[in-house]
Amino acid sequence: MTFNAAALLLLIAGLALIGWLAGRARSSMLAGRAGAKLHSRPQYHGWYVALWLFAPAALFLAVWSAVSPGLVTNTVLASEAAKELPAFGFERGAILSDARNVATGRQAAVRIPAAAPLVKPYADASHTYAWIGIAAMLALALAGGLYAFTRIKPDFRARTRVEKIVMLLLLVASLVAILTTFGIVLSLLFESIRFFRLVSPAELLFGTNWAPTSGAPVKDTFGGIPLFWGTVLIGAIIAMIVAIPIGMMSAVYLTQYANPRVRRWVKPCLEILAGVPTVVYGYFAALTVAPALREFAVMIGIPNASTESALAAGIVMGVMIIPFVSSMADDSINAVPQAMRDGSLALGATPNETIRQVLIPAALPGVMGGILLAVSRAIGETMIVVMAAGLSANMTANPFASVTTVTAQIVKLLTGDQEFDSAKTLAAFALGLVLFVVTLLLNIVALRIVKKYREAYE
Amino acid sequence: MQGRIARRYAAERRFRLLGLGAVLLSGLFLAFLLFTMVGNGLRGFTYTNVEVPVDFKAMPLTVDASRLSDADADQVIAGAGLADIVAFAADEALGDGGSAMISENAWKEVRTAIKADPDLLKGATVFHLPTSSTVDIAAKEGAKGELGAKVDALERDGKLSTGIHWPFFRNADATDPAVAGIWGALKGSVLTILIAFLIAFPTGVLAALYLEEYAPKNRWTDLIEVSINNLAAVPSIIFGLLALAVFINWFGICQASALVGGLTLALMTMPVIVIASRNAIKSVPPSIRDAALGVGASPVQVVFHHVLPLALPGILTGTIIGMARALGETAPLLLIGMRAFIGDVPSGVCSPATVLPMQIFLWSDEVDRGFVEKTSAAIIVLLIVLLSMNALAIYLRNKFEKRW
Repeated sequence: MTFNAAALLLLIAGLALIGWLAGRARSSMLAGRAGAKLHSRPQYHGWYVALWLFAPAALFLAVWSAVSPGLVTNTVLASEAAKELPAFGFERGAILSDARNVATGRQAAVRIPAAAPLVKPYADASHTYAWIGIAAMLALALAGGLYAFTRIKPDFRARTRVEKIVMLLLLVASLVAILTTFGIVLSLLFESIRFFRLVSPAELLFGTNWAPTSGAPVKDTFGGIPLFWGTVLIGAIIAMIVAIPIGMMSAVYLTQYANPRVRRWVKPCLEILAGVPTVVYGYFAALTVAPALREFAVMIGIPNASTESALAAGIVMGVMIIPFVSSMADDSINAVPQAMRDGSLALGATPNETIRQVLIPAALPGVMGGILLAVSRAIGETMIVVMAAGLSANMTANPFASVTTVTAQIVKLLTGDQEFDSAKTLAAFALGLVLFVVTLLLNIVALRIVKKYREAYE
Repeated sequence: MQGRIARRYAAERRFRLLGLGAVLLSGLFLAFLLFTMVGNGLRGFTYTNVEVPVDFKAMPLTVDASRLSDADADQVIAGAGLADIVAFAADEALGDGGSAMISENAWKEVRTAIKADPDLLKGATVFHLPTSSTVDIAAKEGAKGELGAKVDALERDGKLSTGIHWPFFRNADATDPAVAGIWGALKGSVLTILIAFLIAFPTGVLAALYLEEYAPKNRWTDLIEVSINNLAAVPSIIFGLLALAVFINWFGICQASALVGGLTLALMTMPVIVIASRNAIKSVPPSIRDAALGVGASPVQVVFHHVLPLALPGILTGTIIGMARALGETAPLLLIGMRAFIGDVPSGVCSPATVLPMQIFLWSDEVDRGFVEKTSAAIIVLLIVLLSMNALAIYLRNKFEKRW
């Protein structure tokens, strides 16, 4: 007998269903017998009973599953067999977890002989606590259900009570977003502060040598400038050189020239480009684009061309961003009032002149906002750079050389085998904080520009 | 004057062509990408088998026939030395070095066959065993030198056959391309997405209902709106850092499992679902609400009986698109330990699992050349799943969406 939270949750859900049926039946029976009109329709009485039955028991279940393993361990430690245990340290924990695994049926036999005498106390204790937990939970469920059931009367305002709980649920659901934001900010800040105790923030932000080592931090090995430069080179320069002209021209062609039939077919194709997973782009960049670019570089005689080049990652990332830029430009061009376009055409300007001298200048703030959003997306992109850009921190403007980015380094720092408290691991959180702040600022600025511009034409 | 007009018209044509060129260029990129993946990947769905006769009369496998139906039959057969017998048979049939030409896991196929039919042990049978990955590549692409000559000779004798590679659909990851498969990753993906959906969908829809229908205009509501809009734009890797710090190091939820992966992706997808749901709810005309209120419905009844059902197609479309994006996501899962090699199909939400995009990433790093086509084949499977999800979303939108 072990404590299986999922099965018990199903059990009380089943009980709640019975409570729902009982509450509904009782309220309609009361209404029939007394001849009085019900304040709330019968199913609200049902919901009232079901909620009283389910909520306290489920809450207890959550608390009990968190607390009971500790209680079981305490009981085992207090037993006779536990006196033989080593006082503390790793061995003690290993013996205990071995005994627990056997007692709960997760493994067939003990791996450490010393754990054998502990298996029975463990099984007994978990058995006892499981029964205590189940009994308490059922008692709570029944008590709640009975309380609600006895309150059912024709004039009982079940609906308002149930609706209050529904409103509470809605509020809680929308608070999850705030909670996530706080979770991100706090966890990044907390780990970053621990990192900045070991390495100064100035070194991370302005140092020029990135060569983190395990163990105690060595001076001048956590300089982030090469990473920031690599991120800018790939995400904000190369990717944008690819994405902005192609995305803008596609948007112009699709909104101004293409007939609706072409538009209907081409737009979903662009959306497919946006829906391809980044790991596929990364594989494409590493397998096809990067070797081809390297051959090209060797052919035109560029020294130290690498198979992992900034150019390969940047070009593929640019392709990934095209649909994003194109749809932002599309929106901005469409938001320009038709009167401006008509006026320009009526004065005898060709469509091309209208687009270049009227539409695009008028749409420029929106387009700029879109480009900033695109940059923020590009510098946060991970898989393409992990697979195609390499991991060597070079400060070079040569696009055929290998550079590394903030995201690639976060992945590298956190996927090795090191303990959680080392400066290397904590550095990943500090880099994450920098990335978070930069993308946040870019987004705020971009959204502000877009919003202001929309208001201007409304 | 005429000259100037001609110049202006020429500029107009050039500009138009430039636009068409841009559209074609993006189309070309897409076509090239898909073409490369399909070209590489289709071969990953097939595998080369070779005929190897195994004569159990000449080389008896001494196992008790009654134990072949036991739970530990696998160990019993392995312990009796089946691997050596099969290797010896391969050497006899394919000449010197024959045992290196079949996959190191080929004997497991024989084992499965024996378990299904113990009578095989009494006689000689011709098995179609998977070749080693070098032979497989040589047979598919052609090879030079000694190996190429051997493969050509086998092909002339009609001993090689190519068939659909069932282990690819049946197995979990392995170090040998002959037996590595995507089933483990596929199941991990399904579990992860299911958890993400179960958390993100109700939370996202309820939050959207609150913000769109009930929220008072105050500072708290503004804070909620700002954080949802920002979360939608936060790089996905940041969610990985959050999950590592909170779910794994703080709560101690089982590492590298579908549960943690699903929770992480749920946090990531929720803002997307909220934004899509809000747009869908916004497009339900106010007259519906007024009419329902007018006949005496309470505000909660108005929303749950009238607004939500009408907004549901739009909400579902947004949710499916968000889920498709989560399904293709790799970066946050890298940080929560799902990068480890997992040779078993995950048995539950708490057991170590991997997901399809992660499997692609892991295989793309493999040295063995046999994994190149497996990677592309896995990409094809992933793209088919994602495209059909998107197609479903578009279908739902077209079928049920009302224009008011």
